[in-house]
Amino acid sequence: MSDDAVSPEEVRHVADLARVDLDDDEVDRFAGQFADILEYFETLDEVPEVDREADLANVMRPDEERPSLDSEEALRNAPETEDGYFKGPNVS
Amino acid sequence: MSENIFITEERIEGADDGPLAGKTVAVKDNISTAGVRTTCGSKMLEEYVPPYDATVVARLKEAGATIVGKANMDEFGMGTTTETSYFGETDNPAAPGHVPGGSSGGSAAAVAAGEADLALGSDTGGSVRCPAAFCGVVGIKPTYGLVSRYGLVAYGNSLEQIGPFGETVEDAAALLDVIAGSDERDATTRSEGDDANYADAATGDVDGLQIGVPTELLEGADEGVVETFWDAIAELEDKGASYHEVSLPSVEHAVEAYYVIAMSEASSNLARFDGVRYGHSGGYDGNWNETFAKAREEGFGDEVKRRILLGTYALSAGYHDKYYKKAQDARAWVKQDFDEALTEADVLASPTMPVPPFELGESLDDPLKMYLADANTTPVNLADLPAISVPAGETDGLPVGLQLVGPAFGEERLIRAASALA
Repeated sequence: MSDDAVSPEEVRHVADLARVDLDDDEVDRFAGQFADILEYFETLDEVPEVDREADLANVMRPDEERPSLDSEEALRNAPETEDGYFKGPNVS
Repeated sequence: MSENIFITEERIEGADDGPLAGKTVAVKDNISTAGVRTTCGSKMLEEYVPPYDATVVARLKEAGATIVGKANMDEFGMGTTTETSYFGETDNPAAPGHVPGGSSGGSAAAVAAGEADLALGSDTGGSVRCPAAFCGVVGIKPTYGLVSRYGLVAYGNSLEQIGPFGETVEDAAALLDVIAGSDERDATTRSEGDDANYADAATGDVDGLQIGVPTELLEGADEGVVETFWDAIAELEDKGASYHEVSLPSVEHAVEAYYVIAMSEASSNLARFDGVRYGHSGGYDGNWNETFAKAREEGFGDEVKRRILLGTYALSAGYHDKYYKKAQDARAWVKQDFDEALTEADVLASPTMPVPPFELGESLDDPLKMYLADANTTPVNLADLPAISVPAGETDGLPVGLQLVGPAFGEERLIRAASALA
């Protein structure tokens, strides 16, 4: 994708990294659109390096125990649960 | 309801009394409501029911407001027209046959149609101001850190703020009074809004106000929009304000910087949707990578996939410096430009949107065209500043919004100035 055109293989590679299945039509359509969009993003090359003043401070709180969502509530939206746990697919 | 304003119509009653007693409020469907489904306009969350209220929802209830429904929106806030919603498009009550703007299109339409007195939206790159402009109502994008985002489903969290809609500036300001202020559950909130009284600032007094007009934000804008904009400036001049032109060279790069940053953050934020703890399930066949990818293919629409993929690309090895790092440079540059312009002007003014509302269906096939419509709103999110969109008039019967931008935590100044117009 470093040149102008974006190949279908590159779209598939990125989709794989992002864990999104795509069908062939989607891959072709995205390849065309990404070429246009990335070409537009290239104009960022003209931006000078800028001193960034980071005006940030950490926000901390005491590490004290306090009530949180109970597990029944936390599990309520899960498609499947088992023994009070989320049930996920096989890892491999 | 013919306009398709709400995804879920359900009344949530607030306290018996309070500053918003008797007021009805529409809440964008990416803001969590305990026990009432919150879909983000996505098939992924079609059946998701949050177990807790967002801080802003808790504050609405305490203030006595009645929530009347969860408003339609572009899927996960990704769009400028509300057409990317899984639940269908929303018609514009102020301009039937046209989009209501986005991504908080349902919220703005609810106020424009009289379905609610007030509404809440969220603004990552213009998602409150754009629909306010397109529907002829008032919308405020607060300074980053003024309003708690606890319970807002994250899209681009370095950019977004929850903001109010109203028919008048004073109405929107009264809602901002209720939701503003620090929250220990959102570490990015600041204390500036704790004792604010924004509604009282809506005096319409613009005598002596210095308005800066960034020329770059008028270039390329629709002729009728520009004409309506200058009419509104003339009205402010009649009331004692004066204007001068300013230049913000950095904003030429704001749209691309915004999209690189927002997409990058989106690719990370939306990684949580794997269909295991909540959301559309990919089933249990195959290994986890396969089922996650299936859940995400089925649960997300085109625009969301596009942004996740482009964000993943922009952050990937070999491209990070070229896109993400340069976008952060552009962001710092935009911030400097605004700060400098605001030393010589009290507020900066531009058309909110460079174009009048699109016809329904007009922009869907061309994502880049849709992105470019955000030219005047995205710089404000990059600069973390507050802005307001107020109705400026019409061009060919279509609403036009005027955007005012102020210094950080300068909401009172914006409200005072904008209330001279609505």
